[in-house]
Order: sequence, then C-alpha cells, then structure tokens
Amino acid sequence: MRLGGEAEAMRRGAMGEARQWAVEHQIRVGTYLGARDLVPVQQAHIMADTESLGETGVAFLERFAAMPPAHSRVRIPTITDPRGIDFSAAARLKQQDWMVALERRTSDAFEALGVLMTNTCINYQTIMPPLRGEHMAYGDTGVTIYCNSVHGARSNFEGGPSALAAGLTGFTPRYGYHLDAHRRGSLLIQPTWTPTALHEWGALGGVIGRLAGDYWRVPVIAGFDRVPGSDELKHFGAAMASFGGVAMFHIEGVTPEAADAFDGVPPPPLKVGRDAVAALLAEYTAGGDAVDVVVFSAPQLSLLEMQMLANRLDDRRVVVPLLAVTSPQVKPDADRMGLTARIEASGAMVLSGMCFYQSYARELAEANGWKRLATNSAKLTNILGGYGYAPVLLSMDQCLDAACSGRIA
Amino acid sequence: MIYVATAAMGRTVRGQALVATDGFSARYDLDRIAGVFSRPQHALFGRSYVGRVLILDRAKGGVATAWMLHEMASRGIVPAALVFNTVNPIMVQGAALANATMMSGFDVDITRAIPDGATVEVDAEATPPVLRILR
Repeated sequence: MRLGGEAEAMRRGAMGEARQWAVEHQIRVGTYLGARDLVPVQQAHIMADTESLGETGVAFLERFAAMPPAHSRVRIPTITDPRGIDFSAAARLKQQDWMVALERRTSDAFEALGVLMTNTCINYQTIMPPLRGEHMAYGDTGVTIYCNSVHGARSNFEGGPSALAAGLTGFTPRYGYHLDAHRRGSLLIQPTWTPTALHEWGALGGVIGRLAGDYWRVPVIAGFDRVPGSDELKHFGAAMASFGGVAMFHIEGVTPEAADAFDGVPPPPLKVGRDAVAALLAEYTAGGDAVDVVVFSAPQLSLLEMQMLANRLDDRRVVVPLLAVTSPQVKPDADRMGLTARIEASGAMVLSGMCFYQSYARELAEANGWKRLATNSAKLTNILGGYGYAPVLLSMDQCLDAACSGRIA
Repeated sequence: MIYVATAAMGRTVRGQALVATDGFSARYDLDRIAGVFSRPQHALFGRSYVGRVLILDRAKGGVATAWMLHEMASRGIVPAALVFNTVNPIMVQGAALANATMMSGFDVDITRAIPDGATVEVDAEATPPVLRILR
C-alpha cells in the first residue's frame, strides 16, 4: 500500500505514537481489503459507546488522551455517534454508576483528543450533510448508507478504531465505496408498493437488505410512486444496513448516482411487494400482546418526528415506559418549541445523545423488567433479539396505543 | 484437506471448528459476558464460542464489532479465530485492533466444507493463507 510522505512520517513515529498506531492500523486494514493507497477524508465520525468499548477500550482511548496534544489531537473535524448514557436520565433508567463513570471517562478522553461530542447518528440531518464526492470516514452504518446513497458521499463502514485512526491521520485506506467500481448496482429491486409509515419504510429496507445480503452488493430500486422524505430514507437505509450489512443503494430518479448505476444491461428485476413487508413484520408477533416498554430510537428522532410524537400524545397518558430518543442538536429545539414538554406531559421520557441499543440494553432489560418491546424502528427490532428482548415492529400510532394501554391492539 | 484463502491476518492457530451457514455480528448475535450465541434465530444459539475457530458465512450487522473483539480479547472470552466466506470492513478493523486471527475468501463455501467439531489449523502466516482440517 502506498502511503505518501506524511503517512510515512507518521509510520516512523515522527508525529507521535497515536498517529503511528493509526497509520499502522490503516495499513493492516487496507492491505487486507486491497487498498492501494490512502485517501484524504473531510470528516470522521466515531462510534464508541462504552458497552462496546468496555474498560479496555476506554483505557485505550485514555492512553492516547494522555499524550501531548501535538501528537494526539485529531487533524480533521471528528464527531461522535450516540453514546450509551444520557447523564440526566441514567438514574431513571436504572443505569448503574459504573456505566456512567465509564461514559464520562470516554467523553473526557475524546475531548482531550479534540473530538466534537456530537453524540448523534443523524448528523446528515443536523450537523453537516456531505457533498457528492466527499470522502468521509463515517462510523455508523445508518449514517454511511444514507450519505453514500442520498448525498453521493464516499465512505465505508468505519468502526470506532478506524474512524479514530482517520481522525488522527486525516486519511483512510482507499477501498470499497471510495472507488467508482464498488458503487455500481448489483441487483435491481422493483417495489410494487410504496410504503407510507416510517416502520414500513424500515421493514422494506430490511427486506431489501436481506435480498442483497452483503456489504459489497448495491441494490438499485426502481418504481416508487413518489419521492421519499429524509426520515423515510433514514429508516429505510438504517434497516437495509442492519438486516443486510448494505452500505449503499440507489433509487431511480431520486439519488444522485442512480442514473449510472449499471454499466450495461441491468439484471432482471426482483419484485418486492407489501406481502414481503408483512412477512417481516409477522416475524416479531409471537411475543404476546402485553408490552413492557415502547422505544422510539435507532435512528435518533428528527425534529419532525418529535413533532409527530407530540401531536399524537397530547391529552394522552402512557401506562408503560415510553422512551423517545433524539440528538443533542434536536433536543434544544424540541425544548424551545414545547415539543419535549408536550411529549413528557404524557409520562413519556425524552432522551438525548444516546441510542437505546447502545445503552447497555441487556442490563436495562434486567433492571427494569423489560422483555416485550414495541418500536417503529426496524433496525432496533433486528438488533434487540440478541439482547434478550422480544421486540415487535409497529407503526408510531400502534406504538403509542400500546404505550397508553399496555397492550398491542 | 487444505483450503486456500485470499486474505488473512494474525498468527497461526489450531482449534475445534464451530460452524454454521449464518452470518456474524458481535453485537447482534452474542452474549459477550457468557460467551455464547444469544440471538434465538442464529443457528449457533446457546453454544459457546470461546476458544473455538468460528467458521461462518459472512460478517454482518453494525460497527460495534470493531471495538467488541478488542474488549472480548481482553477478557479471554473470544474465539480462537474467525473464518468467513466474505468479510466486511468492520470485521477486518475489529480483528486488526484485537490482534485476532482471521481468514476469508475461499473458492468453496467454507461453511459447507468444514464439519462442525473438526480440528482445524488456521495458517494465517502462510503465503497464501490456508485452512487445514487436521482431524
């Protein structure tokens, strides 16, 4: 792998131990994945919830944070994915002191490294959407698939260590979605139905994700009867990435690279209809009608989703916990516009800067007695089975009815 | 039998194979404290992965595995090696940070070629890298 003068200097240790580790990490990853060189990136986005990091991962960050700033501060704008704790709500959620302490140590370490603690997975809606052709190092599958597909940005899935490495060097190995060849369509999907509700967009994304089934395959979708909105594609892409590991899709007439998606004659289309979405929803109906908790999260809610919740919760009262998780950028607006107060007047909790599945979900279940979880997030539904939950994927309205009655209608 | 891979990293290890045609994600599929597969839909549900050569179809799911392999290795609750038909970048990044042994890219479906429970050698240091069935 060709490095170039600056990266060679980092490899020699001339720019400190942290950058030396970073470029060595990039060489190992890039060599495995066939990168021929490094590409400069404009931003890095680090996923580093402490459930994933553990004590050893936090100590890893702290070691870099203790180094001289000239050797350890990130060289490009570097932001963070949701963390595991909303410090103002940890006690109410029965998260334990050691979790909070680990989270504070992580934040302190990142701040010492010059990382901006944005704590969001909807940075493309709230921080700075990328431009077409911008090379990035995004550390969240939902962010990566949305920005690659909708904005024409160029990023692979960059796990926390690799996003940190990109922040420290300003480069990332040039493979996968940084290259034109990998951005071409692999399969053609012809939906016979266009979803309306957000959970349907997520479920359809899940179905297409399973059909693609692989990081290196790019679905091309042709046949929606309208242009989807940002929140719809947010759920669509996040679920496609979750169910199928997919990092990019094209939608004919909507996304910027769709017109050139196939080099030659497209493959025969695979028709996907409402029945396939119904079948996916049916996979999660076996857990019974009683609901223990209702969660809106994964991805974090936009301001418009917060308004949808507020409008639907006016004059209602929840009887089981309802958690609405948004970003630290949306939360102040929701506060200022009265949305938070309207949601919380129902007894629901508005949480900020975290994501449910990144917040010690197994321990939350044990501490609160939660098992049957209702959500409108297909991504969340897909993840939580491994954490011991029996999730069910419903519309926002059905979730709210469940929260107010304790049962699935 | 010997199977040649297109890519590998880490040191050469031997161990008992734990095989399924499913995918793999540390966050989605594992109880990392107990060291078992915890996703009910996974073919290896309830089985321990600790010290085993995990042979699965492909890496899937989110980015958390990139940190989690490192964390699992620090506690010794980790597979001896990871072998896939196809990897994604997250699995490679995670193996790189954790100094794990990983191998991928065969001209056969490796999950069909290796019997569950076989003793195998993951020779990641060979050129090209190879997976051997010892018994």
